[in-house]
Amino acid sequence: MNTPNTYIGGHVERVEDARFLRGAGRYIDDVTREGMLHACVVRSAVAHGRLVSIDAEEALAMPGVHAVLTAADVTGEIPTIPFRRPNPKIGPYAQPVIARERVRYFGEPVALVLADSPELAEDAAELVLPEIEPLPAVVTRDAALAAEPLLFPGTTEDNLAAVFTAGKGDAEAAFAGAALVVGDSFSTQRQTALPLETRGLLAEWDADAQHLTVHGAAKLPFFNRRAMAKMMDLPETSVDYVEHDVGGGFGARGEFYPEDFLVALAARITGRPVKWVEDRREHFAAIAHSREAEAQVELALDASGRILGLRGEMFMNVGAYVRPNGMTPVRNCAQFMSGPYRVPNIALQATAYVANKTPAGTFRGPGRYEGSFFIERLLDMAAARLGLDRRTIRQVNLLTNAEMPYPLAQIRPSDGSRAETSCDSGEYSEAFHRCLQAFDWEEKEKLDGRLIDGRYHGIAVSCFIEGGASGPAETARIQVAGDGGVEVYVGSSAIGQGLETVMAQIAADTLGLPMECIRIYHGSTTYLAEGWGSYGSRATVMGGNAVREAALALLARFRALAARRLGVGEAEVSVVGGQAVGPDGAVLDLADLAAEGLAGEAKFLNSDATYTNGTAAVHVAVDPETGRVEVLDYVVCDEVGRIVNALTLHGQVTGAAVQGFGSVFGEELPYDDDGALLVGTLADYLVPLATDYPRVRCLSLESYPSPTNPLGAKGAGEGGIIPVGGAVANAVASALRAFGVAPNHLPLSPARVWALLNPPD
Amino acid sequence: MKIALTVNGRPAALDVAPRTTLADCLRHALGLTGTHLACEHGVCGACTVIVDGAAVRGCLTLAVQADGAEVTTVEGLAGDGALTPLQEAFRRHHALQCGFCTAGILTTLHALLTENPDVEACEIREVLSGNICRCTGYIPIVEAALEARAAYRRGGDPAQ
Repeated sequence: MNTPNTYIGGHVERVEDARFLRGAGRYIDDVTREGMLHACVVRSAVAHGRLVSIDAEEALAMPGVHAVLTAADVTGEIPTIPFRRPNPKIGPYAQPVIARERVRYFGEPVALVLADSPELAEDAAELVLPEIEPLPAVVTRDAALAAEPLLFPGTTEDNLAAVFTAGKGDAEAAFAGAALVVGDSFSTQRQTALPLETRGLLAEWDADAQHLTVHGAAKLPFFNRRAMAKMMDLPETSVDYVEHDVGGGFGARGEFYPEDFLVALAARITGRPVKWVEDRREHFAAIAHSREAEAQVELALDASGRILGLRGEMFMNVGAYVRPNGMTPVRNCAQFMSGPYRVPNIALQATAYVANKTPAGTFRGPGRYEGSFFIERLLDMAAARLGLDRRTIRQVNLLTNAEMPYPLAQIRPSDGSRAETSCDSGEYSEAFHRCLQAFDWEEKEKLDGRLIDGRYHGIAVSCFIEGGASGPAETARIQVAGDGGVEVYVGSSAIGQGLETVMAQIAADTLGLPMECIRIYHGSTTYLAEGWGSYGSRATVMGGNAVREAALALLARFRALAARRLGVGEAEVSVVGGQAVGPDGAVLDLADLAAEGLAGEAKFLNSDATYTNGTAAVHVAVDPETGRVEVLDYVVCDEVGRIVNALTLHGQVTGAAVQGFGSVFGEELPYDDDGALLVGTLADYLVPLATDYPRVRCLSLESYPSPTNPLGAKGAGEGGIIPVGGAVANAVASALRAFGVAPNHLPLSPARVWALLNPPD
Repeated sequence: MKIALTVNGRPAALDVAPRTTLADCLRHALGLTGTHLACEHGVCGACTVIVDGAAVRGCLTLAVQADGAEVTTVEGLAGDGALTPLQEAFRRHHALQCGFCTAGILTTLHALLTENPDVEACEIREVLSGNICRCTGYIPIVEAALEARAAYRRGGDPAQ
């Protein structure tokens, strides 16, 4: 028999693997419907211009083409996509679901072709001719700030979507009294999350029932259902979002995009199921970009290296519109730049400006990766100026558990519950020491800055926090089926992270049952009346605790029903291992009472963030002839409160670290002066390959359970990526110390590193 | 155009348009949706299938080119039986997360290990560099492949 807590904390192999390994996963392009039409989106090839007309005559004449929808097919005002974090200033910048009079980025949808096959739809889309009068494109920060031209003339007076401040204490006073002030300019490049499966949707409209079903949900189906219902002028209960297997999310996938509305509209107009699967080229122009940030920031310190204050300003290019999650990286960068450190005085300003580029959203560790890069560079610069060891300057500033809860900077204008937030628990030096010990800093330090076999070696250390457990709630319902199987319905979504396994572990342990009895259903609005989803490293904490509470409710109900059946008092019934045992030894199984409605429901409410903390150390070798940087060793240690599944946790941390290397070295979405995106394939967007980063080690600690939730877990899906920029850039700086280079601008492509070593005269 | 091929041991006769790729043919005409498409120009390797023993890109091969060939897809590795040692090793090492690239990686590695069961880590990485995995960072995939070598060394085709 299983005893409680058999699964949580173990290296539990994943239940979803069996179907994925056999090729039996069911992704959106695997879902078909009788009589469905295929959609292809016609996109603007001009970054900024007046949309004069759309000539679809030739396309419509093709056999097998059913319709070409444009803005003219939308009744009334063109709906705009709602914000996840509304704030007073961003309203005018919301994205319309299709361009009517003006296009604002390369790739903006202008029409939708519907045909009998995807090939025909693509062929016909080539024949749709939008006439667009080009306007000057706003590509750079300078052009955007000069408001020449405005992207939204007549509606807004500038190209600034929002200005956030992150504040705490009295930064001016702190800087006035500092022994040292270090400051510089930094930047991170525009990139995207790039899930391997492109996006896709299949919409079905039931005219009799006036009901819309959208397949292809990910991340946050319930928010999208609300948005869709409002745009379609339907009651929420008349819209369902259905989740199938999802080929990666990383923040970008699953938000409400223009195609959500367009594909649904097409189904409603034609009365036939309509499917759209994004191709890779349009993916690059259509899915949210992220990370295009510039900063001018300063750190004030005393002579012993204690941080007194942090101030400065950041500018984020959020693209042509503010998408649902477009402000998250902006405000996060400001609020979390102080990271795991004790920073008593903060005055940061983050400005989001619009430009004629693909609208931005989130990518794993949004804003946190950027902010970590900025402050970690500043810390190494300060250590050099003060003559301190780079470990010491971090050690004296890392937060201690005695200081918890430790308040971070406040965000203004307030954008919800996290405008004020505090680190929850942890002795941050613990992961720091464990990381450096595993890394063998003392030994590797002997190589630091040395030229060995033609390459300069460098090491660095970088510390981080990762916010998790996005509020406000998550829901779960558990019921016992007639065969004794336990059906668990949870509002969380699976995006490839192993949700089914983690939820089954928690349900099985709480119920005292083997995992094999548990069946997990997730992510679709058909399962629960309300739910939230998977974003902001929330599923394990929010969904996991909801499942736990629902399981406890079910056990209470089981005890009550068993007592009634046995004719004894509830206190006389013991419940263990899925069985209720009466005082005389009579035994009832869960299945025996299934017919009496054996179920439990829960809504886990929590608006307090969890903060995983960690440290990464890296050893690089830099080839001065080519500028190529090789990662010789990378160790990351994080403290996650409570490990639910060590296997999937390490998978998240390792995978995120390697994604971070992609961010630091290769991935970039460049634009030309006219606002044309210069990347369209995986041959020119350089994600990490198997030969690139073979040495990543990770270890995890669970020393300080989060006080915010009964499981004690802290969200941990994103932390792996956060410290990578700062760690690698500092290691490159350390390797090349003889040259006094400042790698302050990412990516550190071979060309850029070479240019650092060979500055123009 | 009419073609006849063997897919996962079963004969299939089909009438396909000349421009139909092998990947689309497998997915749509034969319902073998385990083969995935993620770039459609031969970079990501998600659509890799085994044609007459060699790992090939399903998106760069026309269906008509496979006329008369023997094709193995991810569905054919274990068939209806137990997972193969390679698949088991993937599970043990957590060598997959979202599962989208997995089919192409399994077929790539199956072809490699069948040809050379003594292959070393650096060559596994070299071959694997033709497949993009966005989730795992590749490290557990290489570990799984190394572990599965023993089963391929024992001879025969561990996938059948």
